[in-house]
Amino acid sequence: MGQPRLADRGQAGGRRGRSRARGDRTRPRWPAPAVAALVALGLGLLEGAPGQGAPDRAVILATTTSTQDSGLLDLLVPLFERRTGYPVRTVAVGTGAALRLGADGDADVVLVHAPALEREYLGTGALIDRRLVMHNDFVLAGPPADPAGIRRRPAGTAASALGQIARTGSRFVSRGDRSGTHLKEQALWKAAGVVPGGDWYLESGQGMGATLTIASEKRAYTLTDRGTYLAFRRRLELGIVLEGDPALANVYHVLRPDPVRVPRVNVAGGRALEDFLVSPAAQAAIETFGVETHGAPLFFPDAGKPEPE
Amino acid sequence: MALVGDGLRQAFWLLAGGDADVFGITLRSLEISGAATGLSLLLGIPLGVALALGRFPGRGLAISLVNTGMGLPPVVVGLFVSILLWRSGPFGFLEWIYTPIAMVLAQLVIAAPIVTGLTLAAIQQIPDRFRLQMRGLGASRGQLLWVLLREARLPMLAAAMAGFGGVISEVGASLMVGGNIRGQTRVLTTATVLAASKGNFDVAIALSVLLLAIMFLVNAALTWIQQRRAP
Repeated sequence: MGQPRLADRGQAGGRRGRSRARGDRTRPRWPAPAVAALVALGLGLLEGAPGQGAPDRAVILATTTSTQDSGLLDLLVPLFERRTGYPVRTVAVGTGAALRLGADGDADVVLVHAPALEREYLGTGALIDRRLVMHNDFVLAGPPADPAGIRRRPAGTAASALGQIARTGSRFVSRGDRSGTHLKEQALWKAAGVVPGGDWYLESGQGMGATLTIASEKRAYTLTDRGTYLAFRRRLELGIVLEGDPALANVYHVLRPDPVRVPRVNVAGGRALEDFLVSPAAQAAIETFGVETHGAPLFFPDAGKPEPE
Repeated sequence: MALVGDGLRQAFWLLAGGDADVFGITLRSLEISGAATGLSLLLGIPLGVALALGRFPGRGLAISLVNTGMGLPPVVVGLFVSILLWRSGPFGFLEWIYTPIAMVLAQLVIAAPIVTGLTLAAIQQIPDRFRLQMRGLGASRGQLLWVLLREARLPMLAAAMAGFGGVISEVGASLMVGGNIRGQTRVLTTATVLAASKGNFDVAIALSVLLLAIMFLVNAALTWIQQRRAP
């Protein structure tokens, strides 16, 4: 990539040469205000990065795209920051990556929704202190025309609905990103006795919001958490074709890395964020979140309740 | 650092083993970015020449626009191409969104200003006196154009490289308009993002190494042509 830069320089040189030929003797100079602005910007950036061990050391929260895309974190994170003074950096990735970031100590807290995978990490001892935060549920969304005829059999289970989609070869968009939603979808395909694949099965490899948009544009079915679906509903040509199957429960837990294994994590900050997420204030915020905009709550607070599984 | 070593080893096995997925992704990257670069040359070279040699009202503004376009943020391009191609958009009826065609279009929008701008610079580098002399020797407009393009061929090769390098390494627009659909619109950059977000950092490194290798090979080939023909 050296070449284009050379050509660039050639262009600039050419212009300079011409302007000098016209009798303009002043050398090209950085305009002072621009330099000042750049310096100020640089200082500002430095100031924004707190040093290691400072009382306001940032807490890194690794979480799933569904909590981010639904807008819940935009409510909870500022609330936490105001109460404790810890700045939070949120990394929204698939559940698989979020758990791995936590286990490697690259995140101080993880908020995820894949109970089976979470238990694996608890088993190895990499993550500790798992606490129930909230739940909502998954729904099967599909095009209004419902080519697989899922609405016509209202008593069906999620697994049987997926079976129908496969049998009719109706398009289905999978997250395909090892997220909690993707893991749930894979479990349902397994229950349906189908190994998904072929022209009708698309893997987006993207977050829930992008995947819903793709499903809508492609007139395809997709498995989505209710929260993100409600948040995106207005922009989508997708309806809920199946809901209410107990197999579609979507449970969120918060966990944090074992500080003995990965000493560089922000232990106090991580614990503070965990405590906050299960505190009455956060739970009350979760309960009312989305009611005003979407007419229904997107998540149901569960702190202190017995484990569902 | 062990991660990088694992990644390199993984990259070797993915390539040596002829992994069908990786092979398909690589081929698709080359096809899409190659097509976009080719089209951007068809569009950008005549435009760059016209801007360099033409004298018409609005030329200064047009050049400023091209220079701005050389640094067009891919996500902005992705957003606008998406809005145009979504079913709710004016070109939704084409059903191009989330297809390789949409990706070629977006990449064309990114690469065309780069090619135009660098072509413009390449032609302008040739001294005015050279043109006057050619005219004086009785060259027709067509002959003059041909000679100028021949003179500018090396910097224009750089334009092709810059265009290709810009689009094959671009991820924002490809993700937005292509959708990163496996086997259809998944390319090296979007596959790398996905691998990293899955926590498969070794695969992500492997794909990055592949991308770098491709860019090196393409640039090396073009540089070889350039140096061989150089006087």
